[in-house]
Amino acid sequence: MQKYIIRRLALMIPTLFGLSILVFTMVRLVPGDIVALIAGDFGATSKETRDAILKDFRLDRNIPEQYVLWLGEIGRFDLGSSLISGRTVQSELKTRLPVTMELGILALVVSVAMGIPIGILSAVKQNTAADYVGRSAAIGLLAAPNFWIALLLIALAGRYFRWGVPPTTYVGFTDDPIANLKLMLVPAIILGGSSSGGVMRYTRTAMLEVLRQDYIRTARSKGLTDRVVIIRHAMKNALIPVITVIGLGIPGIVGGSVIIETVYSIPGMGRYYVSSINQLDFPVVQAINLVSALVVVFANLGVDITYSWLNPRIRYS
Amino acid sequence: MATEARALDDSYRLGPPAPFYRRYPVALWRFIRHYPLGAFGAFFVVVLILMAAVPAIFTPLEAQDPLRQSIGDRLQAPSASHWFGTDELGRDLYARIVFGARTSIIIGFGVVLLSKALSVVLGTISGYYGGLFDTLLQRIIDIGIAVPGLVFIILVVQTLAGRIGDMLAIVLSLSLLIATSSSRTIRGVALSLTTEQYVDAARALGAHDVRIMARHIVPNLFAIVIVSASILVGNAVLIESSLSFLGYGVQPPTPSWGRMLNDARQQLVRAPHLAIFPGLVIFLTVYSFNMLGDALRDRLDPRLRGSR
Repeated sequence: MQKYIIRRLALMIPTLFGLSILVFTMVRLVPGDIVALIAGDFGATSKETRDAILKDFRLDRNIPEQYVLWLGEIGRFDLGSSLISGRTVQSELKTRLPVTMELGILALVVSVAMGIPIGILSAVKQNTAADYVGRSAAIGLLAAPNFWIALLLIALAGRYFRWGVPPTTYVGFTDDPIANLKLMLVPAIILGGSSSGGVMRYTRTAMLEVLRQDYIRTARSKGLTDRVVIIRHAMKNALIPVITVIGLGIPGIVGGSVIIETVYSIPGMGRYYVSSINQLDFPVVQAINLVSALVVVFANLGVDITYSWLNPRIRYS
Repeated sequence: MATEARALDDSYRLGPPAPFYRRYPVALWRFIRHYPLGAFGAFFVVVLILMAAVPAIFTPLEAQDPLRQSIGDRLQAPSASHWFGTDELGRDLYARIVFGARTSIIIGFGVVLLSKALSVVLGTISGYYGGLFDTLLQRIIDIGIAVPGLVFIILVVQTLAGRIGDMLAIVLSLSLLIATSSSRTIRGVALSLTTEQYVDAARALGAHDVRIMARHIVPNLFAIVIVSASILVGNAVLIESSLSFLGYGVQPPTPSWGRMLNDARQQLVRAPHLAIFPGLVIFLTVYSFNMLGDALRDRLDPRLRGSR
């Protein structure tokens, strides 16, 4: 087990290295004139101002040189500072990252809480009305764009209920947890709901697979009740592969938060990312890219380790 | 279960094959009967392709011109002359949705063709040769899998759109990202195929590597490629609409369903029809491709039935 974890960690090093190069170069290739955007505020774009700005942000050097300097800063946990606000990226992210994480965790909870029970029910009652409803719901959830559902809810709520409309002011969780949850719940349900379709389908398949196994028949023939067989024998084994699919859903939730935060005006990382790209605020863009890539890489690692811990058969392959 | 068993009996019935003009309608009818939702999906996909090819036949009325603005008719609710209502500039929403099909279909199919071609080539070579090339390629693919999809695609599209056009930029970035994960699956299958006896036999007969890959390995990969292709079209359409919704996808004047939903945000409470119809079409499109994909998988590869 230890050996497996060490091997996985070693494999992560080239991945992270490659990711950092990718993120760094991509941001610099986005077309647009950063100087014009910054200097435009002062109305002056003389040659001197231009050079001073470029020098300030090290844009006068070539890309490999910039990359090495940037990597050194990352090593010291220094993400640079925003070109637009002038504040450090850390302080900008410090207020926004928890918001997105809250949304992501809530969404993950919703997606698991909806996906797994419905998936199991669908498998246990295979080919009954409950199964058909469950399966159709899963495909419906997979096919419905989450921003569309969000828009419909806003339109509906704004017209008839005066509730669930994106508020003009955001309330932090630490300021007022109840008010915060009130405005985070609807976006989290939409985000989690749209990724629960995949969890449902996967749970159903895994459960059907397990229910066909010999040990289930043995458990039944021992005279155990359906309830005990399903919960104690089948579910335990069926949920192992489901962990993978939950892990695979994390990038989707990271991406989905960009959309949902935009629709619901939630001041998280996703919305900040969109506005930073538009403003060519590249220190912020590369920092957010790096953070979200790290989240995905570590989520994958966590999933693989949990998986091999729960299922020793794959550990040594 | 009983119906599936009968389907098998029918298809393996002995005797001379019926002439094609009788065989195909029978096969079609059997498909519709066994996979009603898959058949619905196939029907809608055909309609979409027709819309993409010849949108004009779907817009018979004079008012149904996707570009004609008429300020007097702005934000009208659905009516007999404007089936889905009108937008902020008084343009007919139904016509705009019909003309938007082309964008989605081109991107959906473009992504599938490019990503599948890429992943078959890379996966086969990687699985067949193994060694250093395989190791290096797999590390690069690790990066592709670790990339957070939408966040990354926004950046790539933003970089490329000005240089090679927005449609091509979307197809390219989506294909690259999808090809990384799907080439890993294909590599796994190719790897197991190289140990098959018929590959050994071909090698013993003196066939060279390219021939073995082209004649013995790639044809055996087609089942898994085709089975996932239809669902992938749906996903590509969904991602394109998300991008366009955020303002990074297809730029106006090219009509795009995601973009229409973005425009709808301005008048959400006053004109909800602007949000309902484009979203409904995206939903139906993705749903149809998924349903068709499920049915095709059951039909073409019974071993995978009920999985995914």
